[in-house]
Amino acid sequence: MSEPLLKVRGLKIGATIYPPGEKSRDIEIVHGVDFDLEAGKVLGLIGESGAGKSTIGLAAMAYGRGGVELTGGEVWVNGRDVLQSNMPDKRKLRGAEVTYVSQSAAASFNPAKRIMEQVTEAAISQGKFSRKQAEERAVALFEKLGLPDPENIGSRYPHQVSGGQLQRCMTALALCPQPDLVVFDEPTTALDVTTQIDVLVAIKNAIRDTGVAALYITHDLAVVAQVSDHIMVLQKGAMVEYGTTDQIINNPVEEYTRALVSVRSIKHIEKEPVGMPILKVEGVTARYKGTNFDVLKNINVEIHPGQTLAVVGESGSGKSTLARVITGLLPPTAGEITFDGRTLTRELATRPLDDLREFQMIYQMADTAMNPRQTVGTIIGRPLEFYFGLKGKAKQERIQQLLDEIELGEGFQDRYPAELSGGQKQRVCIARALAAKPKLIICDEVTSALDPLVADGILKLLLRLQKVEDVAYLFITHDLATVKAIADSIAVMFQGKVVRYGPKSQVLAPPFDDYTDLLLSSVPEMRIGWLEETIANRKMESAGN
Amino acid sequence: MIRIPPAALIGLFFTSLFFLCAIFAPYIAPYGMAEVVGDVWEPSSSEFLLGTDSIGRDLLSRMIWGGRTTIFIATAATILSFVTGATLGFFAAVSGGWVDQALSRFIDLIMSIPSLIFALVVLSVLPTTIFTLIVLMGLLDSTRVFRLARAVAVDITVMDYVEAARLRGEKIGWIIFRETLPNALSPLVAEMGLRFIFMVLFVSTLSFLGLGVQPPQADWGGIVKDNKEGINYGIQAALYPAYAIAALCISINLVADWILSRTTSLKGGRG
Repeated sequence: MSEPLLKVRGLKIGATIYPPGEKSRDIEIVHGVDFDLEAGKVLGLIGESGAGKSTIGLAAMAYGRGGVELTGGEVWVNGRDVLQSNMPDKRKLRGAEVTYVSQSAAASFNPAKRIMEQVTEAAISQGKFSRKQAEERAVALFEKLGLPDPENIGSRYPHQVSGGQLQRCMTALALCPQPDLVVFDEPTTALDVTTQIDVLVAIKNAIRDTGVAALYITHDLAVVAQVSDHIMVLQKGAMVEYGTTDQIINNPVEEYTRALVSVRSIKHIEKEPVGMPILKVEGVTARYKGTNFDVLKNINVEIHPGQTLAVVGESGSGKSTLARVITGLLPPTAGEITFDGRTLTRELATRPLDDLREFQMIYQMADTAMNPRQTVGTIIGRPLEFYFGLKGKAKQERIQQLLDEIELGEGFQDRYPAELSGGQKQRVCIARALAAKPKLIICDEVTSALDPLVADGILKLLLRLQKVEDVAYLFITHDLATVKAIADSIAVMFQGKVVRYGPKSQVLAPPFDDYTDLLLSSVPEMRIGWLEETIANRKMESAGN
Repeated sequence: MIRIPPAALIGLFFTSLFFLCAIFAPYIAPYGMAEVVGDVWEPSSSEFLLGTDSIGRDLLSRMIWGGRTTIFIATAATILSFVTGATLGFFAAVSGGWVDQALSRFIDLIMSIPSLIFALVVLSVLPTTIFTLIVLMGLLDSTRVFRLARAVAVDITVMDYVEAARLRGEKIGWIIFRETLPNALSPLVAEMGLRFIFMVLFVSTLSFLGLGVQPPQADWGGIVKDNKEGINYGIQAALYPAYAIAALCISINLVADWILSRTTSLKGGRG
């Protein structure tokens, strides 16, 4: 077979943007991309947000999201240029020949319909299978994807299964009509790391067994290395590099690809604890109002000055709640928190100003952590004014000094948060925390919402600032690669308890308890064949299963 | 340079026309407010552009003077209702807990009584001065503003930047006026246009029922009341205030729509 299943030539995609206060205008977001995909092969599309990967993925179905227009080029599917076809032909293409798996299964399933009805819908309406055949296929797919109780899971509603299961249901949905091509758009990004690995295995096996071709879109090169045959690296709507998975991972040619491959390779040598701990959490137990179970159970951890304690665990393990208890937003039901030798009062309202100043917080979503109606100067200047009474010129100078420290420089004081990029926003939040001259900064998933390269920059900045300002970090994250890069000591949390705690070298050295083993082994590694090895060696089923 | 869409321009033109007439009434009105200058219900002529009213006063002058009263009362009452309603609403949302519960339930209690009936009862006891009218209308309407302001603020107070301000140790004043208010402005401004119109209608209704502005002071509702019998004889006098109210409502709405669309597209604006 000489003709590839999917042939894309000079694909150009445009969009209309509406900049505030200006006239709307058209821009080009994908500048002429070419690639081929043969039947049964998997092509990984990789790049940071805004690289155009999802847009290209959807273009394979001749579809552009609202405001997006396929302006030029050709997309050939099974020997037809689908960009030129009319609406009825496009309808026959979508859901029959090409199907789509989106990032958030929870937001994509209709909550009012049973799973089976939605999984079989396209296959039936496209006339590929009768209802009975489609349901049989669905059950077979549920089984293949490792879903529990495949006979009956289809009669459940989407909210009755877990996130990882729902993502696998969506894969079943995409495979049910027996398509030639499936577009996977970041199918595991929203999942916990231990769940991601199961879904990844399920998707990989399903692709292999059904012989379907796939476009696998993700920003995580380590993930795509596990599933794809070829990889295309995209940046700002243009191709940077294209090659086999082996070549991209082991011999990247372009500088940008090399940066992506070597991401998360920050080396951080653990520091010995010096002197008295700055923060001591002893026997803390906490529960939310109106509930009858403890979200934190007898937590004991401490942080030494100028050091980093990383708190790891998956969603729901209680790591963010620990931060809320320490800051006083959620008074603990038992236990004591000592800061710099003083016992902290349980509630925020009763704490003296100095206690508040000495620990600051940085949030996951920099977007919502800054008031959109305040300028960068106001955001950073407020703690200076509030805690130190700085005014006028002295305040301006200190703001500029802080902006220099976070590597932003001149000209940022008068900007609004909406005029900053994701990484810049997070840097401003760091500056706001530093402005208070704290002894401890609580970082709540500060890099999770950022692209890998940007996240790397933030981690490097945090490490450098730690040396300069001698500030301690309580670093909450679900990403073990981040932990390895930044921590001096680690607390692993699982279901509200600290299951493993100690200096980094000890926590990350065997023998492991089952949960830590699962967590550690689930972090995708940047090498081919990692997935199979890991699955073969696991001790415990993932918690989200 | 701000580009104003044509619809907003029309709205802006008529709104300012109404307000200018109200402000400069003494200089514009051809005759005094209560001056009897002609016969009963004279038709329009070069002397009396809109004719005369039920006791021979110049209708155009009455309309201008009446507009002054109506617009003044409505403006003052709107400002009062927004200051009280928004402050209390934000306070309830930011404080949360029992403060929020107590305030919200109290407001619900007041809202459960139809405002017109409430106003009629109060006005039958208190002296009907313009001051009483403004306070009464402002306070009654502030319940609606409270509900909106609280709903908007509840959405804002869960944002991380408000939590950050709390953690910093900020007082409630800063959280209300510096963190919450700027982000709640656009829905409030849009609502302000609407509430102003309701105020115009409310004061006109009260005057029509005889409990609002007292004669000989002119106001639009009162003009309808004075001239309503004329309709039986095909005399238009009672309809002019209705036209004026309709024109004012539409032009204010056009302006409010424009402000709403502008503030949401401001830098970092939220809807």
